[in-house]
Formats: sequence, structure tokens, C-alpha cells
Amino acid sequence: MVDKTLCCSGTEEASEEELLCRLDEVIEEYKDKPGSLIPVLQLAQAIFGYLPESALKRVALGLDKSYSEVAGVVSFYAFFSTNPKGRQTIRVCMGTACYVRGGKQLLEALKDKLKIEVGESTPDRELSLEVARCFGACGLAPTMSIGEEVYKRVRPAKVGEIIDEYYKKHVSAKGEAV
Amino acid sequence: MVKLTIDNEVVEVAEGTTILAAARRAGIRIPTLCYLEDVQAIGACRVCMVEVEGARSLVASCVAPVSEGMVVHTNSKKARAARKMVVELILSDHTGDCQVCDRNDDCELQALASDLGIRDISYPGEKSKRIVDDSTPALVRDTAKCVLCRRCITVCADTQSVGGIFPQGRGFATVIGPAFAGDLDDIVCVQCGQCAAVCPVGAISERDHVQEVWGALDDPTKTVVVQTAPAIRAALGECFGLEPGTLVTGRMVTALRRLGFDAVFDTNFAADLTIMEEGHELLTRLKEALTGEGDVALPMFTSCSPGWIKYIEYFYPDMLDNLSTCKSPQQMFGAIAKTYYAQKIGKKPEDMIVVSIMPCTAKKYEAQRPEMRDSGVQDVDYVLTTRELGRMITEAGIDFVNLPDGKQDSPIGLGSGAADIFANTGGVMEAALRTAWEVVTGRELPFDNLHVTPVAGLDGIKEASATFTDCQPEWSFLEGVTAKVAVAHGLGNARELIEKIRAGEAAYHFIEIMTCPGGCIGGGGQPRMTTDAIRKKRIEAIYKEDEGKTLRKSHMNPEITQVYEEFLGAPLGELSHKLLHTKYTPRTKV
Repeated sequence: MVDKTLCCSGTEEASEEELLCRLDEVIEEYKDKPGSLIPVLQLAQAIFGYLPESALKRVALGLDKSYSEVAGVVSFYAFFSTNPKGRQTIRVCMGTACYVRGGKQLLEALKDKLKIEVGESTPDRELSLEVARCFGACGLAPTMSIGEEVYKRVRPAKVGEIIDEYYKKHVSAKGEAV
Repeated sequence: MVKLTIDNEVVEVAEGTTILAAARRAGIRIPTLCYLEDVQAIGACRVCMVEVEGARSLVASCVAPVSEGMVVHTNSKKARAARKMVVELILSDHTGDCQVCDRNDDCELQALASDLGIRDISYPGEKSKRIVDDSTPALVRDTAKCVLCRRCITVCADTQSVGGIFPQGRGFATVIGPAFAGDLDDIVCVQCGQCAAVCPVGAISERDHVQEVWGALDDPTKTVVVQTAPAIRAALGECFGLEPGTLVTGRMVTALRRLGFDAVFDTNFAADLTIMEEGHELLTRLKEALTGEGDVALPMFTSCSPGWIKYIEYFYPDMLDNLSTCKSPQQMFGAIAKTYYAQKIGKKPEDMIVVSIMPCTAKKYEAQRPEMRDSGVQDVDYVLTTRELGRMITEAGIDFVNLPDGKQDSPIGLGSGAADIFANTGGVMEAALRTAWEVVTGRELPFDNLHVTPVAGLDGIKEASATFTDCQPEWSFLEGVTAKVAVAHGLGNARELIEKIRAGEAAYHFIEIMTCPGGCIGGGGQPRMTTDAIRKKRIEAIYKEDEGKTLRKSHMNPEITQVYEEFLGAPLGELSHKLLHTKYTPRTKV
């Protein structure tokens, strides 16, 4: 066991061991309370940003629950995610207007380019891929966004360029990482 | 008492009774699917819906309690239509390849669809994603056949206190299975097969090894021998329509011969061998503990039940020293068959195939544990459940019910009555006491008809004690010692007992644990469905088998004397240690 006074310093780039240590404190506080699984999972997600397997197994052991039961609860609620979030999120609009003007093809092109599925993030944890409902820019369909920036009338063929451009601008040290 | 009317019949039942139970008492059958007597009533499937006058909607009769003056219609137009729709909806997301399903003719959904006269499934459309999980040696899951009834979840989490499977995901995408719809091999699963024993459809079954056994029988270069567990003889008949509790020992032997096995032996022989080894192990531990000679772990737990072994490895790895080091009878048999018997018939272990017929799915797992190769090759090659043997006999066209009785071969085919009762909860304890008591005192076990009744029957946790008096000289250290024993069946009861011991609330010398409720007669590989009523009938049959024999104590079995004289030497001797004892592996819960 790592010494808590050393590991739970709350620095910004905490190691997994440090995060698990913070989780242990949460578990310690909740373990004897009835109905503690969901609050502990919420706090775990707040600590890690998502629910990695290591955290879920720690929760199962700490609360003396079966891992399959914990997994069942996590996979039931949309709020919980077992995939790490990227630094920025790409959202592709699947509202009616965007959908009929090629939103689905746009999404496919993004999945192809990033080699990830909806709900996942790139291995470098830079970008996550999500589906969104209507940005209120139906006249500019199909639309997508990366973080706060909205892209309009995106043709699937242009997706590669947009991503490469993003990486050049925001992750210049890594260049074309994907 | 509460008075109500069901289908124009006045019924009087105790307060708190469900509508379903009240109807059954009145001889009115309401169809059910997720409901399982003694196990689960959760109203999940909605098949048991009935119309109650004055109620806003139809009610699930398996969970709705009766009330005074209630008027119930089980077959009103509304109830019939709803029931039919529910079953059609279930069928619309069910892979309907009944003819090639192992549950063909033994399927509750198939029977329900037939009973309700469903001729058309009017809900075409998307089907759930199919996941076939054959990651374990014992069980196969097929989610395309699952009806989400949750019986398996209830037995796994509640009865067995394992919690290997739970609903994953939600809505249409729900999968009943291990964490994140993964494989059984990746989670805590003791492979007891109680999930398969309660599954109404073909969604969880044993991994079928019938083809492998046919292959071995067809191979002229192999000598194929078979052993049958004590519990088979009290249940196999159910595969052929015989009443539960019909003893079919002789017919079973004849059927196995007709299937082409070169020799038909009996796990009972190995059960007697287990008693010799385990009984002496217990007495040695007691001696060391009482004389202060050694540091030994007590209580000693039995080790015959492979689901229990995996359970203690997962949940109480710090107590593995408390497990008897004895292999289970199945594995003792395999090791002896491929050494002692192989030498006798002039064969090499690799030219022999040992097939086991077991009431158990975990035995399939046990047979392939890396520790179980002491003959130099895998000691037991294939394990068939009672159900698989039933299918094999049917496939061979054998008219089982009308077979003449046969007799097992010698020299590893004779078993005592003490071995028979290994099938029942409390039976291993009774068998061990019959021998240990006599070894220590030179007198017969002082229980009526040799039955240790306090540890028999279906109570979850049972205990007994007896004080040693007038001991033989070499066991004089036991003089006046009160031996305390306990028995638990069903892993949930095992957990309760262990927690009591760990909390210091109870102390024993010797504890028998069987994985499945009722013991092996209620094993995960037995004919479906096993209710408490059926457990009792099989238990009675096993006691009858024991009582019908003159040979009722393991140490009196002449074939056991022979194997020690000709081959093993003495219990706990060097060769015994090599072939008949084993070690265990600590595992983690996640």
C-alpha cells in the first residue's frame, strides 16, 4: 500500500496509483452505508474522468460486490462511461436536417479517419467522438463540432483535412498523430 | 384466511398467498415462465398475468397477493390476449432453431408456445446481438436463446452467493451475463451449472462432450472405461420418463455396456477410497492438533465438490489449508484407472480413455485442471452430465426403461452403501463417520441404522456431535473428545457457515460442503427441473440403495482392501500422496 500522505497530494497530472488511492478514501467513507454503489461510482468517475476497469474492480472489492453486478450498474446508466474522454470532443449532428444531408456518411468518415467508434476516444486521448442532436444550424447541414468550434456543410471527403488541420493547430508537437 | 374467487371457484387461502399459489391450490393452472418454485417469483416475464375485477390493469399472479373478496379471471379474453402477445414478443427475439437445440422437447418456452396455440409470430424485426460464450470447459451460453427470465441470476447470486452473472446494459440491448457481456472464464464462476439447471430454454447448458465420447468408443486403439457418480442412479431414469427417485443402477450399467464401453466401473469404488484417505487425514489432523505435535488447520473441509473448491479458492483463499488434500472420487478413480487398472490389463495410460458420468458441470472443469494428470496424462478424459448420457442412450436407440439389470466390472467397480450416500447432502459426512468411528473405537457408529440423521435432509446448515469413549489404544488421545461436525449445501449456506466460523461464533472439527442444493443429487448436470420435492425423492432413493446393501462401510469394501494390498500400500502412503491427493490455487474475487 502506498503511503496516503504522499500519494493523495491532489496534483493535476495524478498517476493511476494516486487516483486509486483517492478512490480508496471514497470507498472507505461509503462502504458501510446501504445503497452506496451508485454514489461511489459517480465519485469514481469524477476522480478518473471515466470508469476504468482498475477502478471498477477496486469498487467491487471495496464494497464487497460482484464485479459483474458493478458492471451491470455501470452499463445500465448512460451517465457512466468506461471509455476515457479525449481532451476535446467531436460531435456530429444527427438531427433530422443533418441526417438527411449526409450526417451519417460524415460520421462514418470520422470513424474511419480516427479509427474509433462513437463513445470512444483516440489512443492519444486527444479527441472523443460523440453524436449530437441539432446544433440549431439546420440551414448549414450537415454540421459537426470540435470542442467549441462548429464546422458547417461538411462533406465526408473533407473530414481528413479537418482533423489534420486540428492536429497541426493544437497538437503541433505531435504533427499528424492519427 | 382470505376468501377469493378464481375462475368462478371459491378459494380460501392464508393471507399473503399469491394469486398463482392460490390458483394452483385450487387446481387451476396459470402459465408461467420466469417463475420457479423455491427459487424465484419476480413478475419479470408477464406470462402469468391474470385479470382481477376492479384492477386498473392485468396483474402478474406470481407476485400479486390475494385479498378478501378478490375476483380473478385467469382466462378472460383480455388475459388470454395479453399472455399470447407476451409470448409472441419473447419468441420474436428468440432464435427458434428448436430442432437442433439441446432443449428440444425439454424447453419451457417451446411448451408454452405450444400450450398457447401460437402459430404465427407477428412481430418481425430486429433481433438482439448473439453472443455465444464457450470460454469455459463446463458451460456454454447462447444469448440468442435467452428470454431474460433472470432465474440464473437468482441462483448464482442468492443460492450460490457467487454473483457471476447479472443483467448488462439496458432495454433491448440487455444481455444476461458476466461483466460487460464478456466471458464466464473472465469472471468469478465456479462452473457449478446451477444456472443451466434452472434455465427454461437453451441459453445456458453444459458444454456437450457426447461427440468426443463417441469418437473414443469408435477408436479401436483405445480402451475406454466409464465410471458413474453415485447420484446418477437416482436421476437418470427421469431422462426416460421414469418417476423421480427411481433407482436405475442395473439398467444404467447395461446401457453403458451396450454403448460400447470396454469396462463399466463405479465412482462409488473411488468414494470408498476417498473415505479411507480423507478419514485418515482427519484423524491425523486431530491427532496433531490434540497432542500438540504439529500445526494443522481445523476444521477440515471436504474436497469432493469441484464448484466448492473453486469457490473457496476465490472467496476464502486464506483457508485453503483447511481443505482436505484428497482429490474428489472422480479424480481418484481416473488416477487409479490409468495406473493400477492399466497395469493389470497391460495398457499404457495414454492408450486408455476414462469417461465419467457426473451429475455435475464443474466436474468437466475439474477434469482438466493442471493438477489432475498424475498418471502422466489427463486422468479423466471426458465428463458427461446425466443429461448428456440420457441423450447418448436415446441417440443409440436403446430402450432404457425395459433394459435388464447389469453389474459393474471388477476390480474398481464395487462400492459400499457409504459410497452411495455421497450423492446426498450429509452423505460424505455420514460415510466418513461410519469408518472413522469404527477405526477409533472398534465399534459401529452409534446411530440408528448407521444414519447420522441430524446432518441429513434439506436444511441449509446442519450439525452433529459425538463423544469418543473406550477408544482403541492408538487413538487414546481422543478419549472423551467431543467431535463436532457441520454440513452445508448450496454455496450461500457454505458462506454463511464460514462467516460464522470466522467470527468465532461456531467451531467444528470436520465440515462437509456440497456446492449444489441437496448435494450431488441436485447437481447442475441432472435432469431438469430439480425442485425440492424432486430432491427429496432422489435423496430417499439413494438411502434406499445404501440400506439395500450388506456392504455399508467403506473400509469393509474388499476391492478397497485389494487396491491397498496390491498397489497403494496404506492410506496416506507415498503412492496415495502422489495419485490421490492434490493442492489448491488461491484466486482473486475480481
